[in-house]
Amino acid sequence: MRALAWHGKHDVRVDTVDDPEIVNPRDCIIKVTATAICGSDLHLYDGYIPTMRAGDILGHEFMGEVVEVGAKSTLKKGQKVVVPFTIACGSCYHCGKHQYSACDNGLPADNQDIAQELYGQPMSGLFGYSHMTGGYAGGQAEYVRVPFSDVGPIVIPDGVEDEKVLFLSDILPTGWMAAENAEIEPGDTVAVWGCGPVGLFAVQSAFLMGAERVIAIDHFPHRLELAKKFGAETINYKESAVYEALMVMTGGIGPDAVIDSVGLEAHGFFVDNVLDQIKASTFLGTDRAHSIRQAIIACRKGGRVSMPAVYGGFIDKFPLGALMEKGLTLKTGQTHVQHYMPALLNAIMEGKIDTTFLISHRMDLEDAPKGYDMFKNNQNEVTKVVLKPGFN
Amino acid sequence: MHDTKSHSDDAPPSTWKRGDALTESGIPDDKGSSIVARAVTINRPVAEVFAYFRDFANLPTFMENVERIDILSDTRSHWVVKAPAGKTVEWDAVVTEQTQDSVIAWRSEPGADVANSGRVEFRDAGARGTVVTATIAYDPPAGIVGKLIAKMFQREPAIQARRDLRRFKQLMETGEIATAAMNRKQHEEELA
Repeated sequence: MRALAWHGKHDVRVDTVDDPEIVNPRDCIIKVTATAICGSDLHLYDGYIPTMRAGDILGHEFMGEVVEVGAKSTLKKGQKVVVPFTIACGSCYHCGKHQYSACDNGLPADNQDIAQELYGQPMSGLFGYSHMTGGYAGGQAEYVRVPFSDVGPIVIPDGVEDEKVLFLSDILPTGWMAAENAEIEPGDTVAVWGCGPVGLFAVQSAFLMGAERVIAIDHFPHRLELAKKFGAETINYKESAVYEALMVMTGGIGPDAVIDSVGLEAHGFFVDNVLDQIKASTFLGTDRAHSIRQAIIACRKGGRVSMPAVYGGFIDKFPLGALMEKGLTLKTGQTHVQHYMPALLNAIMEGKIDTTFLISHRMDLEDAPKGYDMFKNNQNEVTKVVLKPGFN
Repeated sequence: MHDTKSHSDDAPPSTWKRGDALTESGIPDDKGSSIVARAVTINRPVAEVFAYFRDFANLPTFMENVERIDILSDTRSHWVVKAPAGKTVEWDAVVTEQTQDSVIAWRSEPGADVANSGRVEFRDAGARGTVVTATIAYDPPAGIVGKLIAKMFQREPAIQARRDLRRFKQLMETGEIATAAMNRKQHEEELA
Protein backbone atom coordinates (compact mmCIF):
# COMPACT_ATOMS: atom_id res chain seq x y z
CA MET A 1 0.00 0.00 0.00
CA ARG A 2 0.94 3.68 -0.15
CA ALA A 3 1.59 5.55 3.08
CA LEU A 4 3.08 8.82 4.28
CA ALA A 5 6.34 8.06 6.07
CA TRP A 6 8.57 10.26 8.21
CA HIS A 7 12.21 10.32 7.16
CA GLY A 8 13.56 13.21 9.20
CA LYS A 9 13.01 16.86 9.97
CA HIS A 10 10.91 18.42 7.18
CA ASP A 11 11.27 15.20 5.17
CA VAL A 12 8.09 13.17 4.71
CA ARG A 13 7.46 10.96 1.67
CA VAL A 14 4.73 8.74 0.29
CA ASP A 15 6.28 5.27 0.18
CA THR A 16 5.10 1.85 -0.91
CA VAL A 17 5.07 -0.39 2.17
CA ASP A 18 3.67 -3.78 3.23
CA ASP A 19 -0.08 -3.97 3.75
CA PRO A 20 -1.26 -4.30 7.33
CA GLU A 21 -2.87 -7.53 8.53
CA ILE A 22 -4.88 -8.77 11.49
CA VAL A 23 -2.35 -9.65 14.22
CA ASN A 24 -4.40 -9.82 17.43
CA PRO A 25 -7.96 -11.15 17.83
CA ARG A 26 -9.49 -7.77 18.64
CA ASP A 27 -7.95 -6.03 15.58
CA CYS A 28 -9.65 -4.82 12.47
CA ILE A 29 -8.24 -3.46 9.22
CA ILE A 30 -9.76 -0.36 7.72
CA LYS A 31 -9.46 1.06 4.23
CA VAL A 32 -8.90 4.76 4.82
CA THR A 33 -11.39 7.07 3.12
CA ALA A 34 -10.28 10.32 4.78
CA THR A 35 -7.42 11.40 7.02
CA ALA A 36 -6.18 14.77 8.18
CA ILE A 37 -2.90 16.43 9.04
CA CYS A 38 -3.00 17.57 12.66
CA GLY A 39 -1.23 20.54 14.18
CA SER A 40 0.57 18.06 16.41
CA ASP A 41 1.87 16.30 13.27
CA LEU A 42 3.83 19.49 12.71
CA HIS A 43 5.71 18.80 15.96
CA LEU A 44 6.89 15.53 14.34
CA TYR A 45 7.56 17.32 11.05
CA ASP A 46 9.65 19.92 12.84
CA GLY A 47 11.61 17.26 14.68
CA TYR A 48 10.47 18.16 18.18
CA ILE A 49 9.29 14.70 19.23
CA PRO A 50 11.94 12.16 20.27
CA THR A 51 11.89 8.42 19.43
CA MET A 52 10.90 8.85 15.77
CA ARG A 53 12.45 6.42 13.29
CA ALA A 54 12.84 6.78 9.52
CA GLY A 55 9.96 5.01 7.82
CA ASP A 56 7.41 5.59 10.60
CA ILE A 57 3.93 6.04 9.09
CA LEU A 58 2.25 9.20 10.39
CA GLY A 59 -1.36 10.17 10.93
CA HIS A 60 -3.73 9.89 13.87
CA GLU A 61 -6.89 11.51 12.49
CA PHE A 62 -8.52 9.02 10.16
CA MET A 63 -11.63 7.10 9.23
CA GLY A 64 -12.56 4.47 6.75
CA GLU A 65 -14.34 1.29 5.84
CA VAL A 66 -13.86 -1.94 7.77
CA VAL A 67 -12.39 -4.48 5.33
CA GLU A 68 -11.20 -7.22 7.69
CA VAL A 69 -12.01 -8.20 11.27
CA GLY A 70 -10.25 -10.33 13.89
CA ALA A 71 -12.04 -13.13 15.74
CA LYS A 72 -12.95 -10.88 18.67
CA SER A 73 -13.73 -7.66 16.82
CA THR A 74 -17.37 -6.61 17.07
CA LEU A 75 -17.25 -4.66 13.81
CA LYS A 76 -18.56 -5.91 10.49
CA LYS A 77 -17.00 -5.65 7.06
CA GLY A 78 -18.37 -2.69 5.14
CA GLN A 79 -19.09 -0.53 8.20
CA LYS A 80 -17.87 3.06 8.11
CA VAL A 81 -15.94 3.97 11.28
CA VAL A 82 -14.04 6.91 12.77
CA VAL A 83 -11.01 5.76 14.77
CA PRO A 84 -9.95 7.49 18.01
CA PHE A 85 -6.28 8.53 18.00
CA THR A 86 -5.81 7.06 21.48
CA ILE A 87 -5.32 3.28 21.52
CA ALA A 88 -7.09 2.01 24.62
CA CYS A 89 -8.12 -1.49 25.74
CA GLY A 90 -11.47 -0.75 27.35
CA SER A 91 -10.91 -3.24 30.17
CA CYS A 92 -8.26 -1.82 32.51
CA TYR A 93 -8.92 0.30 35.60
CA HIS A 94 -8.42 3.59 33.76
CA CYS A 95 -10.63 2.66 30.81
CA GLY A 96 -13.25 1.69 33.41
CA LYS A 97 -13.10 5.28 34.64
CA HIS A 98 -13.25 6.53 31.04
CA GLN A 99 -9.68 7.83 31.33
CA TYR A 100 -8.92 6.25 27.97
CA SER A 101 -5.73 8.16 27.24
CA ALA A 102 -4.36 6.73 30.50
CA CYS A 103 -5.06 3.15 29.40
CA ASP A 104 -2.65 0.66 30.97
CA ASN A 105 -2.58 -1.72 28.02
CA GLY A 106 -2.53 0.34 24.83
CA LEU A 107 1.26 0.44 24.64
CA PRO A 108 3.35 -2.62 23.81
CA ALA A 109 5.23 -3.63 26.99
CA ASP A 110 8.65 -2.77 25.58
CA ASN A 111 7.53 0.71 24.49
CA GLN A 112 6.34 1.53 28.00
CA ASP A 113 9.87 1.93 29.38
CA ILE A 114 10.55 5.40 27.96
CA ALA A 115 7.30 6.94 29.21
CA GLN A 116 7.74 5.20 32.55
CA GLU A 117 11.18 6.76 32.96
CA LEU A 118 10.10 10.19 31.68
CA TYR A 119 6.63 10.52 33.21
CA GLY A 120 6.54 7.95 36.02
CA GLN A 121 3.84 5.84 34.39
CA PRO A 122 3.22 4.96 30.76
CA MET A 123 0.15 6.29 28.94
CA SER A 124 -2.11 4.85 26.23
CA GLY A 125 -0.85 4.14 22.75
CA LEU A 126 -1.30 6.68 19.94
CA PHE A 127 -1.41 6.10 16.21
CA GLY A 128 1.49 7.42 14.15
CA TYR A 129 3.19 9.40 16.90
CA SER A 130 6.69 8.10 17.69
CA HIS A 131 7.82 4.96 19.46
CA MET A 132 7.32 6.43 22.91
CA THR A 133 3.58 6.24 22.19
CA GLY A 134 3.78 2.69 20.87
CA GLY A 135 5.29 2.85 17.42
CA TYR A 136 1.90 2.13 15.85
CA ALA A 137 1.64 2.80 12.11
CA GLY A 138 -0.65 5.77 11.48
CA GLY A 139 -3.61 6.61 9.31
CA GLN A 140 -2.09 8.72 6.53
CA ALA A 141 -2.11 5.52 4.52
CA GLU A 142 -4.39 3.40 2.37
CA TYR A 143 -4.95 0.82 5.11
CA VAL A 144 -4.50 0.72 8.89
CA ARG A 145 -4.42 -2.04 11.47
CA VAL A 146 -6.67 -0.88 14.35
CA PRO A 147 -6.13 -2.67 17.70
CA PHE A 148 -9.00 -3.04 20.21
CA SER A 149 -11.48 -2.44 17.40
CA ASP A 150 -14.30 -3.72 19.63
CA VAL A 151 -14.04 -0.68 21.91
CA GLY A 152 -12.37 2.14 19.92
CA PRO A 153 -13.86 2.95 16.53
CA ILE A 154 -17.33 4.48 16.37
CA VAL A 155 -19.71 3.30 13.62
CA ILE A 156 -21.07 6.11 11.44
CA PRO A 157 -24.61 5.89 10.07
CA ASP A 158 -24.93 5.30 6.32
CA GLY A 159 -25.00 8.32 4.09
CA VAL A 160 -23.10 10.73 6.35
CA GLU A 161 -20.30 12.59 4.59
CA ASP A 162 -16.79 11.79 5.83
CA GLU A 163 -15.94 15.43 6.33
CA LYS A 164 -18.76 15.94 8.83
CA VAL A 165 -17.46 13.27 11.22
CA LEU A 166 -13.72 12.89 10.53
CA PHE A 167 -12.73 15.23 13.35
CA LEU A 168 -14.32 12.98 15.96
CA SER A 169 -10.97 11.18 15.78
CA ASP A 170 -9.10 13.87 17.69
CA ILE A 171 -9.57 17.62 17.40
CA LEU A 172 -13.31 17.90 18.09
CA PRO A 173 -13.21 15.83 21.31
CA THR A 174 -9.95 17.60 22.21
CA GLY A 175 -11.55 21.03 21.88
CA TRP A 176 -14.61 19.80 23.79
CA MET A 177 -12.53 18.31 26.63
CA ALA A 178 -10.52 21.54 26.77
CA ALA A 179 -13.72 23.47 27.43
CA GLU A 180 -14.94 20.83 29.89
CA ASN A 181 -11.64 21.06 31.78
CA ALA A 182 -12.19 24.81 32.03
CA GLU A 183 -15.25 24.01 34.22
CA ILE A 184 -17.24 26.82 32.66
CA GLU A 185 -20.03 28.40 34.69
CA PRO A 186 -22.85 30.49 33.21
CA GLY A 187 -21.70 34.06 32.76
CA ASP A 188 -18.01 33.17 32.55
CA THR A 189 -15.47 34.82 30.33
CA VAL A 190 -13.10 32.29 28.78
CA ALA A 191 -9.85 33.17 27.01
CA VAL A 192 -8.50 30.77 24.40
CA TRP A 193 -4.87 30.92 23.25
CA GLY A 194 -4.46 29.61 19.72
CA CYS A 195 -7.15 29.52 17.02
CA GLY A 196 -6.03 26.35 15.34
CA PRO A 197 -8.59 23.55 15.01
CA VAL A 198 -8.54 22.65 18.71
CA GLY A 199 -8.81 26.28 19.77
CA LEU A 200 -11.69 26.92 17.37
CA PHE A 201 -13.55 23.85 18.60
CA ALA A 202 -12.86 24.96 22.18
CA VAL A 203 -14.46 28.33 21.33
CA GLN A 204 -17.59 26.59 20.00
CA SER A 205 -17.67 24.19 22.97
CA ALA A 206 -17.23 26.95 25.53
CA PHE A 207 -20.28 28.78 24.22
CA LEU A 208 -22.31 25.53 24.20
CA MET A 209 -21.31 25.04 27.85
CA GLY A 210 -22.66 28.43 28.86
CA ALA A 211 -19.76 30.86 28.56
CA GLU A 212 -21.02 34.42 28.18
CA ARG A 213 -17.90 35.68 26.46
CA VAL A 214 -15.00 33.93 24.74
CA ILE A 215 -11.87 35.87 23.89
CA ALA A 216 -9.71 34.24 21.22
CA ILE A 217 -6.00 35.02 20.90
CA ASP A 218 -3.84 34.36 17.84
CA HIS A 219 -1.82 36.27 15.25
CA PHE A 220 -3.29 34.82 12.04
CA PRO A 221 -6.05 37.19 10.86
CA HIS A 222 -7.94 34.45 9.00
CA ARG A 223 -8.06 32.21 12.05
CA LEU A 224 -9.24 35.08 14.22
CA GLU A 225 -11.98 35.72 11.66
CA LEU A 226 -13.16 32.13 12.06
CA ALA A 227 -13.26 32.55 15.85
CA LYS A 228 -15.28 35.73 15.39
CA LYS A 229 -17.85 33.83 13.30
CA PHE A 230 -18.59 31.69 16.34
CA GLY A 231 -19.11 34.78 18.46
CA ALA A 232 -15.69 35.19 20.03
CA GLU A 233 -14.00 38.53 20.64
CA THR A 234 -10.44 38.53 19.41
CA ILE A 235 -6.96 39.73 20.33
CA ASN A 236 -4.20 39.70 17.73
CA TYR A 237 -1.05 39.52 19.83
CA LYS A 238 1.02 41.11 17.06
CA GLU A 239 -1.18 44.17 17.24
CA SER A 240 -2.14 44.36 20.91
CA ALA A 241 -0.68 43.58 24.32
CA VAL A 242 -2.48 40.42 25.44
CA TYR A 243 -2.38 40.72 29.25
CA GLU A 244 -3.28 44.40 29.21
CA ALA A 245 -6.09 43.85 26.71
CA LEU A 246 -7.54 40.95 28.72
CA MET A 247 -7.46 42.92 31.95
CA VAL A 248 -9.32 45.87 30.42
CA MET A 249 -11.79 43.62 28.57
CA THR A 250 -12.64 41.80 31.83
CA GLY A 251 -12.93 44.89 33.99
CA GLY A 252 -9.63 44.27 35.74
CA ILE A 253 -10.57 40.79 36.89
CA GLY A 254 -8.94 38.53 34.31
CA PRO A 255 -10.66 35.65 32.46
CA ASP A 256 -12.49 33.14 34.69
CA ALA A 257 -10.94 30.32 32.72
CA VAL A 258 -8.04 30.16 30.29
CA ILE A 259 -7.38 27.53 27.64
CA ASP A 260 -3.93 26.99 26.13
CA SER A 261 -4.35 25.29 22.78
CA VAL A 262 -0.98 26.36 21.41
CA GLY A 263 1.59 24.22 23.11
CA LEU A 264 5.21 23.44 22.65
CA GLU A 265 5.84 25.35 19.45
CA ALA A 266 4.30 28.66 20.41
CA HIS A 267 5.15 31.37 17.91
CA GLY A 268 6.30 34.83 18.73
CA PHE A 269 9.48 36.66 19.49
CA PHE A 270 9.39 36.47 23.22
CA VAL A 271 12.59 36.14 25.18
CA ASP A 272 11.51 32.89 26.81
CA ASN A 273 10.51 31.41 23.43
CA VAL A 274 13.84 32.21 21.87
CA LEU A 275 15.69 30.66 24.79
CA ASP A 276 13.43 27.59 24.65
CA GLN A 277 14.00 27.19 20.94
CA ILE A 278 17.75 27.31 21.30
CA LYS A 279 17.62 24.70 24.04
CA ALA A 280 15.25 22.42 22.16
CA SER A 281 17.29 22.49 18.99
CA THR A 282 20.50 21.80 20.90
CA PHE A 283 18.91 18.85 22.74
CA LEU A 284 18.82 20.64 26.07
CA GLY A 285 15.21 19.70 25.73
CA THR A 286 12.84 22.36 26.98
CA ASP A 287 9.50 22.96 25.34
CA ARG A 288 8.61 26.40 24.01
CA ALA A 289 5.84 27.45 26.25
CA HIS A 290 5.03 31.12 26.10
CA SER A 291 1.28 30.60 25.81
CA ILE A 292 0.84 28.65 29.04
CA ARG A 293 2.91 31.20 30.98
CA GLN A 294 0.81 34.06 29.64
CA ALA A 295 -2.45 32.20 30.28
CA ILE A 296 -1.57 31.55 33.93
CA ILE A 297 -0.59 35.16 34.53
CA ALA A 298 -3.80 36.46 32.92
CA CYS A 299 -6.20 34.05 34.66
CA ARG A 300 -8.30 35.53 37.44
CA LYS A 301 -7.74 34.53 41.06
CA GLY A 302 -9.28 31.15 41.84
CA GLY A 303 -9.78 30.54 38.12
CA ARG A 304 -9.25 27.47 35.97
CA VAL A 305 -6.43 26.69 33.58
CA SER A 306 -7.16 24.14 30.86
CA MET A 307 -4.25 22.89 28.80
CA PRO A 308 -5.15 20.72 25.80
CA ALA A 309 -1.92 21.80 24.10
CA VAL A 310 0.74 19.16 23.67
CA TYR A 311 3.83 19.36 25.86
CA GLY A 312 6.36 16.56 25.97
CA GLY A 313 9.20 17.42 28.28
CA PHE A 314 10.22 20.13 30.71
CA ILE A 315 9.69 23.85 30.64
CA ASP A 316 11.66 26.61 32.24
CA LYS A 317 10.27 29.61 34.06
CA PHE A 318 6.93 27.97 34.72
CA PRO A 319 4.96 30.45 36.87
CA LEU A 320 4.35 27.99 39.67
CA GLY A 321 4.10 30.83 42.17
CA ALA A 322 1.21 32.43 40.27
CA LEU A 323 -0.54 29.06 40.06
CA MET A 324 -0.22 28.60 43.82
CA GLU A 325 -0.73 32.14 45.07
CA LYS A 326 -3.82 32.73 42.91
CA GLY A 327 -5.24 29.32 43.78
CA LEU A 328 -5.67 28.22 40.19
CA THR A 329 -6.79 24.78 39.09
CA LEU A 330 -4.86 23.22 36.21
CA LYS A 331 -6.45 20.44 34.17
CA THR A 332 -4.87 18.85 31.17
CA GLY A 333 -4.15 15.55 29.42
CA GLN A 334 -4.36 13.72 26.14
CA THR A 335 -8.00 13.46 25.14
CA HIS A 336 -10.16 10.57 26.36
CA VAL A 337 -11.54 10.34 22.82
CA GLN A 338 -13.62 7.19 23.29
CA HIS A 339 -15.51 8.88 26.12
CA TYR A 340 -16.61 11.85 24.03
CA MET A 341 -17.28 10.34 20.61
CA PRO A 342 -20.90 9.13 21.00
CA ALA A 343 -22.28 12.41 22.36
CA LEU A 344 -20.33 14.49 19.86
CA LEU A 345 -21.51 12.33 16.96
CA ASN A 346 -25.05 13.08 18.12
CA ALA A 347 -24.28 16.80 18.34
CA ILE A 348 -23.01 16.70 14.76
CA MET A 349 -26.05 14.75 13.53
CA GLU A 350 -28.34 17.25 15.26
CA GLY A 351 -26.50 20.17 13.68
CA LYS A 352 -25.35 21.64 17.01
CA ILE A 353 -21.69 21.50 16.06
CA ASP A 354 -20.24 22.28 12.65
CA THR A 355 -16.81 20.91 11.82
CA THR A 356 -16.59 21.29 8.05
CA PHE A 357 -15.89 25.05 8.18
CA LEU A 358 -12.36 24.15 9.19
CA ILE A 359 -11.33 22.31 6.04
CA SER A 360 -9.40 24.61 3.74
CA HIS A 361 -7.68 22.05 1.53
CA ARG A 362 -8.46 18.60 0.16
CA MET A 363 -5.72 16.55 -1.48
CA ASP A 364 -4.81 13.12 -2.65
CA LEU A 365 -2.73 11.08 -0.19
CA GLU A 366 0.03 11.15 -2.82
CA ASP A 367 0.29 14.92 -2.31
CA ALA A 368 0.65 14.67 1.48
CA PRO A 369 4.24 16.05 1.56
CA LYS A 370 2.95 19.20 -0.16
CA GLY A 371 0.16 19.34 2.41
CA TYR A 372 2.67 19.28 5.27
CA ASP A 373 4.70 22.04 3.67
CA MET A 374 1.64 24.22 3.13
CA PHE A 375 0.25 23.62 6.61
CA LYS A 376 3.63 24.46 8.12
CA ASN A 377 4.31 27.58 6.07
CA ASN A 378 0.91 29.14 5.48
CA GLN A 379 -1.02 28.72 8.69
CA ASN A 380 -3.12 31.78 8.04
CA GLU A 381 -4.99 30.25 5.13
CA VAL A 382 -4.32 26.56 5.60
CA THR A 383 -6.53 25.73 8.56
CA LYS A 384 -6.96 22.02 7.85
CA VAL A 385 -5.73 19.65 5.18
CA VAL A 386 -7.79 16.53 4.52
CA LEU A 387 -6.10 13.73 2.58
CA LYS A 388 -8.08 11.21 0.59
CA PRO A 389 -6.50 8.14 -0.98
CA GLY A 390 -7.52 8.04 -4.65
CA PHE A 391 -8.82 11.65 -4.62
CA ASN A 392 -7.19 12.62 -7.91
CA MET B 1 4.01 -8.15 55.00
CA HIS B 2 7.64 -9.01 55.68
CA ASP B 3 9.66 -8.58 58.79
CA THR B 4 11.23 -5.15 58.39
CA LYS B 5 12.77 -4.82 61.83
CA SER B 6 16.20 -3.84 60.52
CA HIS B 7 14.59 -0.90 58.73
CA SER B 8 12.53 1.94 60.15
CA ASP B 9 10.14 2.54 57.23
CA ASP B 10 7.50 0.49 55.41
CA ALA B 11 9.19 0.41 52.00
CA PRO B 12 9.57 -3.04 50.39
CA PRO B 13 13.01 -4.58 51.09
CA SER B 14 13.86 -4.64 47.37
CA THR B 15 13.86 -0.82 47.39
CA TRP B 16 16.14 -0.44 50.40
CA LYS B 17 19.28 1.61 49.99
CA ARG B 18 20.90 -0.22 52.93
CA GLY B 19 20.29 -3.28 55.04
CA ASP B 20 19.93 -6.92 54.10
CA ALA B 21 17.16 -6.90 51.52
CA LEU B 22 17.90 -10.43 50.39
CA THR B 23 17.20 -12.20 53.65
CA GLU B 24 14.24 -10.03 54.53
CA SER B 25 12.37 -10.24 51.24
CA GLY B 26 10.93 -13.67 51.92
CA ILE B 27 12.45 -15.35 48.90
CA PRO B 28 13.58 -18.93 49.36
CA ASP B 29 17.24 -19.46 50.31
CA ASP B 30 19.24 -16.58 49.10
CA LYS B 31 20.26 -17.77 45.73
CA GLY B 32 21.77 -14.92 43.87
CA SER B 33 23.25 -11.56 44.63
CA SER B 34 20.94 -9.29 42.63
CA ILE B 35 17.39 -8.66 43.68
CA VAL B 36 14.56 -7.07 41.80
CA ALA B 37 10.91 -6.53 42.72
CA ARG B 38 8.11 -5.29 40.53
CA ALA B 39 4.43 -4.85 41.27
CA VAL B 40 1.49 -4.62 38.92
CA THR B 41 -2.25 -4.32 39.55
CA ILE B 42 -4.38 -6.53 37.35
CA ASN B 43 -8.06 -5.75 36.96
CA ARG B 44 -9.17 -9.40 37.35
CA PRO B 45 -10.15 -11.53 40.37
CA VAL B 46 -7.26 -13.00 42.37
CA ALA B 47 -8.39 -16.61 41.82
CA GLU B 48 -8.22 -16.20 38.05
CA VAL B 49 -4.85 -14.44 38.11
CA PHE B 50 -3.33 -16.99 40.50
CA ALA B 51 -4.66 -19.98 38.55
CA TYR B 52 -3.17 -18.75 35.28
CA PHE B 53 0.23 -18.10 36.83
CA ARG B 54 0.33 -21.33 38.82
CA ASP B 55 0.16 -23.35 35.62
CA PHE B 56 3.81 -22.79 34.69
CA ALA B 57 3.16 -24.02 31.16
CA ASN B 58 1.33 -20.67 30.65
CA LEU B 59 4.32 -18.52 31.60
CA PRO B 60 6.02 -18.47 28.16
CA THR B 61 2.93 -16.74 26.71
CA PHE B 62 3.94 -13.52 28.46
CA MET B 63 7.53 -14.12 29.62
CA GLU B 64 9.30 -13.05 26.47
CA ASN B 65 12.60 -14.77 27.15
CA VAL B 66 11.25 -18.05 28.40
CA GLU B 67 11.40 -20.38 25.44
CA ARG B 68 9.55 -23.19 27.17
CA ILE B 69 8.82 -24.73 30.56
CA ASP B 70 8.49 -28.50 30.86
CA ILE B 71 6.35 -29.61 33.76
CA LEU B 72 8.22 -32.46 35.53
CA SER B 73 5.89 -32.92 38.49
CA ASP B 74 3.50 -30.90 40.61
CA THR B 75 6.38 -28.93 42.11
CA ARG B 76 9.27 -29.40 39.67
CA SER B 77 9.72 -27.85 36.23
CA HIS B 78 12.48 -27.47 33.65
CA TRP B 79 13.08 -23.94 32.29
CA VAL B 80 14.70 -23.05 28.97
CA VAL B 81 15.44 -19.33 28.77
CA LYS B 82 16.91 -17.16 26.00
CA ALA B 83 20.25 -15.54 26.78
CA PRO B 84 22.40 -13.05 24.87
CA ALA B 85 24.00 -14.00 21.54
CA GLY B 86 21.43 -16.62 20.61
CA LYS B 87 22.29 -18.88 23.52
CA THR B 88 19.92 -20.43 26.02
CA VAL B 89 20.31 -21.11 29.73
CA GLU B 90 18.48 -23.92 31.51
CA TRP B 91 17.61 -24.99 35.00
CA ASP B 92 15.27 -27.12 37.02
CA ALA B 93 13.09 -25.21 39.44
CA VAL B 94 11.27 -26.47 42.49
CA VAL B 95 8.28 -24.80 44.11
CA THR B 96 9.20 -24.20 47.73
CA GLU B 97 6.06 -22.50 48.94
CA GLN B 98 2.55 -22.28 47.68
CA THR B 99 -0.58 -20.83 49.25
CA GLN B 100 -3.70 -20.81 47.13
CA ASP B 101 -4.48 -17.34 45.71
CA SER B 102 -1.65 -15.86 47.71
CA VAL B 103 1.97 -16.99 47.18
CA ILE B 104 4.14 -19.01 44.83
CA ALA B 105 7.87 -19.26 45.59
CA TRP B 106 10.54 -21.26 43.83
CA ARG B 107 14.26 -21.77 43.64
CA SER B 108 16.53 -23.35 41.08
CA GLU B 109 18.06 -26.74 41.85
CA PRO B 110 21.83 -27.32 41.97
CA GLY B 111 23.49 -27.22 38.54
CA ALA B 112 21.45 -24.29 37.22
CA ASP B 113 23.11 -22.17 34.51
CA VAL B 114 21.80 -19.10 36.33
CA ALA B 115 21.07 -19.72 39.99
CA ASN B 116 17.82 -17.96 40.83
CA SER B 117 14.94 -17.87 43.22
CA GLY B 118 11.76 -15.95 43.36
CA ARG B 119 8.55 -15.24 45.14
CA VAL B 120 5.32 -13.97 43.61
CA GLU B 121 2.62 -12.63 45.90
CA PHE B 122 -1.02 -12.18 44.91
CA ARG B 123 -3.20 -9.85 46.94
CA ASP B 124 -6.92 -9.22 46.50
CA ALA B 125 -7.23 -5.48 45.83
CA GLY B 126 -11.01 -5.33 45.81
CA ALA B 127 -12.46 -3.20 43.01
CA ARG B 128 -8.99 -2.74 41.55
CA GLY B 129 -8.45 -6.44 41.03
CA THR B 130 -5.25 -8.18 42.13
CA VAL B 131 -1.87 -6.81 43.10
CA VAL B 132 0.90 -9.08 41.85
CA THR B 133 4.36 -8.50 43.34
CA ALA B 134 7.27 -10.47 41.95
CA THR B 135 10.60 -10.58 43.76
CA ILE B 136 13.43 -12.33 42.00
CA ALA B 137 17.01 -12.98 43.10
CA TYR B 138 19.59 -14.24 40.66
CA ASP B 139 23.28 -14.66 40.02
CA PRO B 140 24.10 -12.76 36.84
CA PRO B 141 26.11 -14.94 34.48
CA ALA B 142 29.84 -14.13 34.58
CA GLY B 143 29.38 -11.42 37.22
CA ILE B 144 29.39 -7.75 36.31
CA VAL B 145 30.42 -8.26 32.71
CA GLY B 146 27.60 -10.71 32.15
CA LYS B 147 25.16 -8.23 33.59
CA LEU B 148 26.42 -5.50 31.26
CA ILE B 149 26.13 -7.77 28.26
CA ALA B 150 22.69 -8.83 29.37
CA LYS B 151 21.65 -5.21 29.70
CA MET B 152 22.85 -4.47 26.19
CA PHE B 153 20.62 -7.22 24.90
CA GLN B 154 17.79 -6.06 27.16
CA ARG B 155 17.68 -9.47 28.74
CA GLU B 156 18.51 -7.99 32.09
CA PRO B 157 16.06 -9.36 34.63
CA ALA B 158 15.18 -5.97 36.14
CA ILE B 159 13.91 -4.75 32.76
CA GLN B 160 12.56 -8.12 31.79
CA ALA B 161 10.55 -8.59 34.99
CA ARG B 162 8.79 -5.28 34.49
CA ARG B 163 7.98 -6.00 30.86
CA ASP B 164 6.84 -9.56 31.63
CA LEU B 165 4.47 -8.33 34.31
CA ARG B 166 3.04 -5.75 31.89
CA ARG B 167 2.44 -8.49 29.33
CA PHE B 168 0.84 -10.69 32.02
CA LYS B 169 -1.48 -7.82 32.88
CA GLN B 170 -2.35 -7.20 29.22
CA LEU B 171 -3.13 -10.86 28.66
CA MET B 172 -5.32 -11.15 31.76
CA GLU B 173 -7.16 -7.86 31.20
CA THR B 174 -7.53 -7.72 27.42
CA GLY B 175 -7.10 -11.32 26.28
CA GLU B 176 -4.14 -10.38 24.10
CA ILE B 177 -0.68 -8.82 24.24
CA ALA B 178 -0.36 -5.37 22.66
CA THR B 179 1.88 -5.09 19.62
CA ALA B 180 2.55 -2.37 17.09
CA ALA B 181 3.40 -4.94 14.41
CA MET B 182 1.62 -4.09 11.17
CA ASN B 183 1.41 -7.65 10.00
CA ARG B 184 2.08 -11.23 11.07
CA LYS B 185 5.57 -11.32 9.60
CA GLN B 186 6.64 -8.30 11.66
CA HIS B 187 5.00 -9.83 14.70
CA GLU B 188 6.93 -13.07 14.33
CA GLU B 189 10.18 -11.13 13.99
CA GLU B 190 9.35 -9.27 17.21
CA LEU B 191 8.79 -12.49 19.11
CA ALA B 192 11.89 -14.22 17.75
